[in-house]
Amino acid sequence: MSIRERLSGNEAVAYAIKQINPDVMPAFPITPSTEIPQYVASYIANGDIDTEFIHVESEHSSMSAAIGASAAGARTLTATSSCGLALMWEELYVAASDRLPIVLALVNRALSGPININADHSDSMGARDSGWIQIYAESNQEAYDNFLQSFKIAENKDVMLPVMICQDGFITSHGVENIELVEDELVKAFVGERNPEHFLLNEKEPMAIGPYAVSNYYMESKRGQRQAMLNARKVILSVAEEFEKISGRKYGFFEEYRMEDAEYAVVVIGSAAGTAKAAIEHIRSTTGKKVGLVKIRVFRPFPDEEIAAALSKVKAVAILDRSEMFSGTGGPLGAEVTAALYRAKVNAEVVNYIYGLGGRDITTDDFEKVYEELYRIAETHEVRDNYRYIGLRE
Amino acid sequence: MDNVMNKSYNFKEEMINKKDRFVPGHRMCAGCGGAVAVRSVLRSLHEGDKAVVGNATSCLEVSSYMYPYSAYEDSYIHNAFENAGATMSGVETAYRVLKGQGKIKGEYKFITFGGDGGTYDIGFQSMSGAMERGHDFVYVCYDNGAYMNTGTQRSSATPRFADTTTTPAGKVKNGKVQVRKDLAAIMAEHHIPYVGQTTFLGNFKDIYTKAEKAIYTPGPAFLNVLSPCPRGWGYETSDMMEICRLAVDTCYWPMFEVIDGTWTLTYTPKKKLPIEDFLRPQRRFRHLFKPENEELLADFQKEVDKNWNEILIKCNM
Repeated sequence: MSIRERLSGNEAVAYAIKQINPDVMPAFPITPSTEIPQYVASYIANGDIDTEFIHVESEHSSMSAAIGASAAGARTLTATSSCGLALMWEELYVAASDRLPIVLALVNRALSGPININADHSDSMGARDSGWIQIYAESNQEAYDNFLQSFKIAENKDVMLPVMICQDGFITSHGVENIELVEDELVKAFVGERNPEHFLLNEKEPMAIGPYAVSNYYMESKRGQRQAMLNARKVILSVAEEFEKISGRKYGFFEEYRMEDAEYAVVVIGSAAGTAKAAIEHIRSTTGKKVGLVKIRVFRPFPDEEIAAALSKVKAVAILDRSEMFSGTGGPLGAEVTAALYRAKVNAEVVNYIYGLGGRDITTDDFEKVYEELYRIAETHEVRDNYRYIGLRE
Repeated sequence: MDNVMNKSYNFKEEMINKKDRFVPGHRMCAGCGGAVAVRSVLRSLHEGDKAVVGNATSCLEVSSYMYPYSAYEDSYIHNAFENAGATMSGVETAYRVLKGQGKIKGEYKFITFGGDGGTYDIGFQSMSGAMERGHDFVYVCYDNGAYMNTGTQRSSATPRFADTTTTPAGKVKNGKVQVRKDLAAIMAEHHIPYVGQTTFLGNFKDIYTKAEKAIYTPGPAFLNVLSPCPRGWGYETSDMMEICRLAVDTCYWPMFEVIDGTWTLTYTPKKKLPIEDFLRPQRRFRHLFKPENEELLADFQKEVDKNWNEILIKCNM
């Protein structure tokens, strides 16, 4: 029987860590992810787990130590947010190119400046090209479930890539919700032990990692990473299937909500999906308009064909980004979904919104306005401004 | 451990007959002290003990592990420029965990090498953190007194007045303005069990013994090795050993160790030579020998004397 609890997102991820009992966790405090290493430290202090905690002096060192520990053969994780992730930037690329199955619990928070401690996706979106798998959560339950699946994806020998498990700062990380936990024994059997093929401490075979690769070799190493990302697509889905067997909860690359007959769709990542769902129910019950939602769970690898197929029958799509990329043309999700639609020759009208930067609230009213704009665009085929902000102070 | 450290040193045994763990085929320059430092330190590992060797990004790294060839007999990790300390702290922690789980049977030792740029400057925080946390590994700085891998830019280890590509001696400037950072003393102030400062002298007993103590003392250890660079310093490649001898006999480079806070001088010159003897054979100090720069030479001598006296006091001499 699963265990019913009430936990915040940070508690939920920390609980998943406790159940997995990983080998090494280097971490450095930063709001709003600080609670995760705090909980882990208390589990260690009370003898609940035997993870070794490394009290590093910066996030750069936390990812550096994680790389050392993972290369040595240990199951390794860390947690961070915002500027902490930015300080790791160089190391994120090294971890991915070294093909190390590190898991990072990311609590999404706006990047400075100005300094801001609240949710947006500028941190993880800034790391989107670093070679990490990125999986996002709408709720505490999803953050927990995604974390339980993370090592199994990362350590699969056809993948061997680091995984970032993302949840929205404060909204998810500090909001306490009902949650269903999987029993310890089931988690243990599901996650298993790490059995690395090659590692520094292999007594039978010394190993060198982190070479200087000249032009003759560098490009092949990048192609290898791409292949791992392609392989990850299959593995993410098969791990999700296995997870469904122990939890009863189903996961894919994204969630389609009321999309079976939808004519107007929103694409969004993270906690705002919950607000969108409430708006959809209200709109459908009051107006009968066929509105739906695609909530992205897996952003890396990017499931472009699947997203295009999910949107192939709609008249108009609004893609909502919780981060700027200052191209002057939209946000990262907007750019990638639009490109996916173009490649698949999907003719839906597209509009891109930026919302929720630095923790700005997004409400059901906001979503209703977005859908109203989609009705207008679908009818007139006229997108006046294909890149706009929601909830901006006038 | 005591009998290990007190055993007599035999040059032929340790430096000639012992199997190398840093092997030929690397691309370091002829006359490079860095390569000699690595080879000497790794030779002090006991046969049968396994090791993981680390590198900060450096001349050493790009010359000793250019894909697909590694010059190390042992497992090896390079991560980046500024994080050799943090990286090895991860490896060492993983070892303790996996050993505790019974997954590893043998004895492993952990040694990481950084140049002075990667140690005194950009990697300082990462090394300081690792030493403070007490990880059981040796951080070896092969100190050639500048960013040699990128073409001799000044670092905080560069001696005053040295002509580097970012502190060039010109018509109105006389090389680097500041004196060098005393990293070994700073590491001693971390209250770690072992700090040593050495270079290559005579039969290599000093570096061998210090490396062995650093490696086999439980807990963190720091070893600072003066490692001349023929390109950056401007000396004949065959003169490396002579340059090292002059560095210690002029007291420019005191050789000492700090064991649990107790400072001991491990070499006292029979006759303290004037600093000019060390500076003259090096192109980077050529401008100091212009007649109008006599005062700078005197300043240099004063600085050396002051540092030497401080060391003598620390060593109760």
